[in-house]
Amino acid sequence: MKLSLPSLSVNEGIARSAVAAFCAQLNPTAVEIADIKCAVSEAVTNCIVHAYRDTVGEIGITVKLCEGRFVQIEIRDKGCGIEDVKQAREPLYTTDAEGERSGMGFTVMESFCDGVNVSSRVGRGTTVTLIKRLHK
Amino acid sequence: MIRNGSQVTYEARSDAMIVHVGGEIDHHNAAMVRTGIDEKITAERPMRVMLELSGVDFMDSSGLGLIMGRYALVKRYGGTLAVLDPSPAVLKIIKLAGLERMVSILRTKKS
Repeated sequence: MKLSLPSLSVNEGIARSAVAAFCAQLNPTAVEIADIKCAVSEAVTNCIVHAYRDTVGEIGITVKLCEGRFVQIEIRDKGCGIEDVKQAREPLYTTDAEGERSGMGFTVMESFCDGVNVSSRVGRGTTVTLIKRLHK
Repeated sequence: MIRNGSQVTYEARSDAMIVHVGGEIDHHNAAMVRTGIDEKITAERPMRVMLELSGVDFMDSSGLGLIMGRYALVKRYGGTLAVLDPSPAVLKIIKLAGLERMVSILRTKKS
């Protein structure tokens, strides 16, 4: 499934619901669906709040259902990029304290998924790949 | 059906203000929820504030920011904040952030 959305906060719910609906064909548990929705919401929110801060750009989402009941979700932006990915992934780290961001976005993704890969180039954008294994 | 909204209602008790939050708490909705709650708390300065979350069917880390921010606001004038009846999914993310060490988690309803 491929989806493209403008980086408007109103699209956060649409993004996570669309991904969850696509994954539903593998008959996941309610907990697995909740985990996927939460992880997608975090990644999409990062695009809106950080990558395209004060601007509107395109968020690309690709979802693949892989053998072995793995789901691969790729969330891409062409925003500002992340200077220090390792630091950004640390729990409670945020560059937007005034907006009451908890700094737990990547921690939630890592806890609710089986794998998280972050590829970023400053000035070019970021791709977050989430891997979730569904129970048989 | 895609739901993307939250509802907030207030219940005044002699010893506490109960804030009933329902729907979805994400980055999009959190700002609106936060503004409404802060106006109410600032006007009434209740010594105990309880965020009743049984009606929240989705919450991401924006909800954590919402809880942490209200905790700081209430603490500033000497009040306390508690979370009431979070769903298992909401409790999972609260525990992930370790918020249960900062805010009391209370149960009034049978799960």
